[in-house]
Amino acid sequence: MAVELVKIVSKNFDIPDSHKLEVALKNGRYESIDKAFSMQPDEITEEVCKSGLRGKGGGGAACGPKWKLMPPIDERPRYLIVNGDESEPGTFKDRQIFQYDPHLLIEGIICSSYAIGAHDAYIYIRGEYKWFIDRLNEAIDEAYEAGIIGEKVMNKYDYRIDITVHRGGGAYICGEKSALIESIEGKRGHPRLKPHGKECEWFYGMPATVNNVETISSVPNIVLNGYESYTKWGTERAPGTMLFAMSGPVKNPGVYELQYGEKMLDVINDIGGGMRDGLKLKAVIPGGASCPILTAEEVEKAQLDYESMWDIGSTLGTGGMMIIPEGTSMVEVAKNLIEFYHHESCGQCTPCREGTGWIDKTIKKILEGNGSDADLDTIIDVCGTMNGKTICVFAPAVKDIIQSIVEKYRHEFVEYFKN
Amino acid sequence: MGKFKYTEENEKEFQRIAKKYPKIDAMMLPALWLVQEQEGWVSPDAMVFVADKLGKTPIQVYEFATFYTMFNLKPIGTYHIELCKTLSCMVMGAPELKKFIKDTLGIGPGETSADGKFHFSEVECQGACGGAPMIALNNQYHENMSIEKLEKIIKECK
Repeated sequence: MAVELVKIVSKNFDIPDSHKLEVALKNGRYESIDKAFSMQPDEITEEVCKSGLRGKGGGGAACGPKWKLMPPIDERPRYLIVNGDESEPGTFKDRQIFQYDPHLLIEGIICSSYAIGAHDAYIYIRGEYKWFIDRLNEAIDEAYEAGIIGEKVMNKYDYRIDITVHRGGGAYICGEKSALIESIEGKRGHPRLKPHGKECEWFYGMPATVNNVETISSVPNIVLNGYESYTKWGTERAPGTMLFAMSGPVKNPGVYELQYGEKMLDVINDIGGGMRDGLKLKAVIPGGASCPILTAEEVEKAQLDYESMWDIGSTLGTGGMMIIPEGTSMVEVAKNLIEFYHHESCGQCTPCREGTGWIDKTIKKILEGNGSDADLDTIIDVCGTMNGKTICVFAPAVKDIIQSIVEKYRHEFVEYFKN
Repeated sequence: MGKFKYTEENEKEFQRIAKKYPKIDAMMLPALWLVQEQEGWVSPDAMVFVADKLGKTPIQVYEFATFYTMFNLKPIGTYHIELCKTLSCMVMGAPELKKFIKDTLGIGPGETSADGKFHFSEVECQGACGGAPMIALNNQYHENMSIEKLEKIIKECK
C-alpha cells in the first residue's frame, strides 16, 4: 500500500501566508485554547499521557509523564523551555513550523504552559536560523498585539503567558536540554550531571520543562480533538505522527508528516520519489547523524518507529533520513561525521573531547593510506571508551554512528591501506 | 573603560530584552548579538562593555564568546560566505563549491579576500539538508546551490 501523508502538525503548511495571524485564525489556529481553559491543568496532562505523545527531538521520551515530573505548584516561578536548536545533521523539521505555522507553536505553548503551570516560555533557536527567528518573532508580536498572549490569554482567560525567543550562538551541544538551559543562563553550553532519580529540569534553580518544537506543536490537536484522534495513527507503542525529513540524492528531498510505522523503503520511494539520476541506494542514516547506519539490505527491513528501529540495531532519533548513494566512500562519510563531532564536542568530558579527536586523526591517517587493521581496532576500542562514560549522550552517539560504519563497511577501510 | 558603546537604539533594545528574563545573566547571548549586529564582530573592547553591563568579568565574556562559533572575534569583511560541509551537503556537492570559491575568490576556509570584501567559512550542519548543498551569505540561506548560482551571487556582491 502506498504511503499516506498525514496532516496534523503540517495541516496548514501549504496554505498561502499560513504564517500570518489572519490566515492562521481562519484555518483553525487557537481553537484549542477555549477547550484547554475549560479543563483543569492536570486533565490536559492526562490527555497528553493517554495520547502517547513522544518527544520529537530525538530521544522519544513520553511527553505527558515528563510534564508530571514538575513539582506541585507553589509560589516559585516555573518555566516552559522549547527546544528549537535543531542542530543534528539530517534534521530540518522544526524550521518548517517556524516558517509555515508559527502560530501553531504559540498555541501549543499556551496549552502546555497552562498544563504545567508556567507563565514564561523561552524558545531557544539555533543562531543560524536568523530568518526563521525573525518570522517567529513577527508571529509572537502579532499574538501579543491581538491579546492572544500577554496578561490575559485570548483577552479573556486570567492567565499570563509571555513568550521570548532566545537566539543561540552556533553550538550543536546546546540541543541537549541541560546544555540549552546553561546557555540561556549565560554560560557555556555544558550539559549538566543528571540526578539519579527522574526529575524536572531547573532554570535558575526553578522548575522547568524542556520540550521540542514539534512535540509542543502536536499538543493543540490532542487537546482539541482528544487523545483518540492521535492514537488512531501510528503504532501501539508509538502513536501519532512525526515530521520525517529526507535528504541526499532522492528526487523529492524534504519534510513529510507520516504516521509512525511506515516502511522506510516505501517512504523513500513513494514520498521521496526514489533515487535521482539512476543512482543506487547504498545506505541510510535513519534519524539524524547519531543513529547507527543501515545498509541497503537493512533499509528493506526498516520501519519508521522507535521499537522497530531498535530491533534492527538502530534508532529513530529525529526521523531525519540521510540517504547515501552507491559510489560514496564510507571512509569519507565516517571522516565527515567525526569531523563534525570533533568540532562540536563541548570539551567538558575527557573521553568525548579526546576520543573524538583521536578517531578523527585515525580516520584521516587511514584516508592518507597509512592505516592498518590495528587502527580499526583502535577506533572500536576508543568508541568503547567513550560510550556511557560521559555526562551526556553525545559520546554514545559518536560511538553508535562511527562503530556501525566501521563494522558494516570494514572492507572499505581495509581497501585504503591495502592499495 | 573601553571605547565600545551601543547605539542609542541598541541600548533601548538591550533594556527591552533584559526585562524578559529573571536574571541579567541571560542577556549574555542577546548582548553579544547586539554587539555583532552593530559592529560586524565582537572586539575585546565590546567584551569589556558587555562584562560591565552584566556584572561579569571580561574573561567570563571571552570564554563565553569563544565557545559559540557564530561570534566573529575579528573583522570579517562585508560578505560572509558560510558553506555547509556536513554529510548531506558533502554528498550533494559541497566540495565542488569549496573549490569554486577558492578558484574565484582565492580564499580558503577562515580566510578573507585581499580587498576585505569576502570572508569564507566552512561550517558544520546548518539544518538545510533538504536543500543541500547550501551556503549562507550574511546569515541569509541559499539552498540547492550550484556553481552557476554561486557565481551569480558572488557577481552581485562585487
